[in-house]
Amino acid sequence: MNAAIVGIGATDFSKDSGRSELQLAAEAVRAALEDAGLTPSDVDGLVSFTMDTNAEIAVARELGIPELTFFSRVHYGGGAACATVQQAAMAVETGAAEVVVCYRAFNERSGHRFGQVQTAAAANIDNSWSYPMGLGTPAAMVAMFAQRYMHEYGATSEDFGRIAVIDRKHAATNPHAWFHDRPITLDDHQSSRWIAEPLRLLDCCQESDGGVALVVTSAQRAKDLPNEPAHVKAATQGSSADQFTMTSYYRDDLTRLPEMGVVARGLWERSGITRSDVDVAVLYDHFTPFVLVQLEELGFCGRGEAKDFIRTGALELDGDLPLNPHGGQLGEAYLHGMNGIAEGVRQIRGTAVNQVANVGHVLVTAGTGVPTSGLVLGQA
Amino acid sequence: MIDIEKEAARIAEQGECAPRLARDPVNQPMINNWLEALGDEHPGYDGVAPPAMVQVWTMAGLHGQRTLDDPLGQMMTILDEAGYTSVVATNSDQTYHRYLEVGEHLSVTTSLEDVTGPKRTGLGEGWFVTTRSTWWVGDEAVAEMRFRVLKFKPAQKPEPRPEAPKAQAIRPSVNRDTEYFWEGTRQHELRIQRCGGCGLLRHPPGPMCPECGATKPKYLVSDGNGVIYSYVVHHHPQVPGRQTPFVIALVELDEGVRMLGEFDGEPKIGQRVEVVFTKVDDELTMPSWRPRADR
Repeated sequence: MNAAIVGIGATDFSKDSGRSELQLAAEAVRAALEDAGLTPSDVDGLVSFTMDTNAEIAVARELGIPELTFFSRVHYGGGAACATVQQAAMAVETGAAEVVVCYRAFNERSGHRFGQVQTAAAANIDNSWSYPMGLGTPAAMVAMFAQRYMHEYGATSEDFGRIAVIDRKHAATNPHAWFHDRPITLDDHQSSRWIAEPLRLLDCCQESDGGVALVVTSAQRAKDLPNEPAHVKAATQGSSADQFTMTSYYRDDLTRLPEMGVVARGLWERSGITRSDVDVAVLYDHFTPFVLVQLEELGFCGRGEAKDFIRTGALELDGDLPLNPHGGQLGEAYLHGMNGIAEGVRQIRGTAVNQVANVGHVLVTAGTGVPTSGLVLGQA
Repeated sequence: MIDIEKEAARIAEQGECAPRLARDPVNQPMINNWLEALGDEHPGYDGVAPPAMVQVWTMAGLHGQRTLDDPLGQMMTILDEAGYTSVVATNSDQTYHRYLEVGEHLSVTTSLEDVTGPKRTGLGEGWFVTTRSTWWVGDEAVAEMRFRVLKFKPAQKPEPRPEAPKAQAIRPSVNRDTEYFWEGTRQHELRIQRCGGCGLLRHPPGPMCPECGATKPKYLVSDGNGVIYSYVVHHHPQVPGRQTPFVIALVELDEGVRMLGEFDGEPKIGQRVEVVFTKVDDELTMPSWRPRADR
């Protein structure tokens, strides 16, 4: 694609921001524009995704963005993270806009908590087959998949725990991470309380307050800007047959995420790279079991083999496929994938705190269990 | 740390406390009250006290205080300080040497017989304290009692569960495409959508058959039997209308479709279950699952 991420910005990541969600959004967007060497008057497009209270026009008002020619909001919550960049890149490529900012900001811990039962969500007719039956939290919805996955492939709670340990290890050396300096052991994971069996507390990502923004413009314009651009090599969305939001329980196979398979196919085809070209993987980690399934859907290992793949050490910073060097959402913050995209940009620039050597390509995925999206970022 | 056994030995060694004189002599009004309160209509207690009343005569009264050398009082204080703050009397064995007559003035002496513990009991961890009391008329022993109490630390009660009446449970949205299902549960029928064109069974339902495109959905009534395909034991957070932990099972019905519902039992993948209907109110009846023996 003829587009690049040229600026990244974020607020602090906390449990109680002490300010409105709109202020967080405005601060993140302003920081991203400063990083890009641009001003609000350069912006003509804004993209966010659902389950964010900050309307594009509200953000534009706060920033003093005079005119917008492109604004959109992508559906399905966290599954939309990488799709915001896809939207922005498409807008830039088609000329619908020249500088598009993607943003996400909320008080997800001190305000409306995503981990609680969303009673209002039951108004959705799809959710009427799950919420009234007592299945009303994201953790429980993922646990239903995880239980079957364990049954079919012999994966264990420890196999899930290894993802949490890796994320927290990487977060421990990231000063921006909520869990900076607080690594965990597999024993910590195993002794953490049940949330929704087979998920333990440490399988579930935190809830965070904060905001992240990304500035997307054309590759040509990127050349005139101060930072090394992170080129959008491919960006795609994915939804699959008999798709539901978090409760796609009615397909033949409950151990897969076929919508991520759709994303994977699209990313390899459009970027022209292969799996072995991926130098860093930023995989969406709201719940550990779906990191295993993603590794399989993306083709880094065979079906049911993720547990063995993880044990090889491949996901360590010096492994073949370093995972979430910023600490992921389990370790850094839960900004619904947007902080992971920012980490991808830093890895391309070479400015990450846990920098992997010689990064040519970064793979970033968005929320799983829902219609999702993915990105390949690369150098020019 | 208080050494309870050492303190008990010290108190036991003191032997009997000084005799404590009853407030009043044995008297007919008190006998009458006691008989009335206990519903004892035996005509023989005229001028003679019922033997089981013996402890009554030396009770300290409403505002009475234990004497400082009372061994039971001393032991209670020590156990209170050690955190065993609650008390329940467990048993008393009394021996009567003769009937007591109106006008006799009793006194009582008490010694600590033994203290055993700590024991785990249904009430909590505690010590059994046994005392021995003797009632005297002058220097004649007229009755004895072995008295045992459990002095315990109340067990940590589980967090009181918030009331979760079914009526607070999240209700389904119902529309034209789904009302047949909820109408079914009200009639204790588990209905599965069946395409009026090609016969495809489908759950959750929808208005247009993804196989043949027909928009004439019908339904069949399921036998309500199936197996657990997967399940979750929900612990946190609280869910409206439910008490944690509880199980939600994804059941594959014998007809071939899957359906979610609460499951009452120890879940296992592959386990056979059957449907149960629970009426929430006139509008809503919820289906759920319970174990079913293999046949």
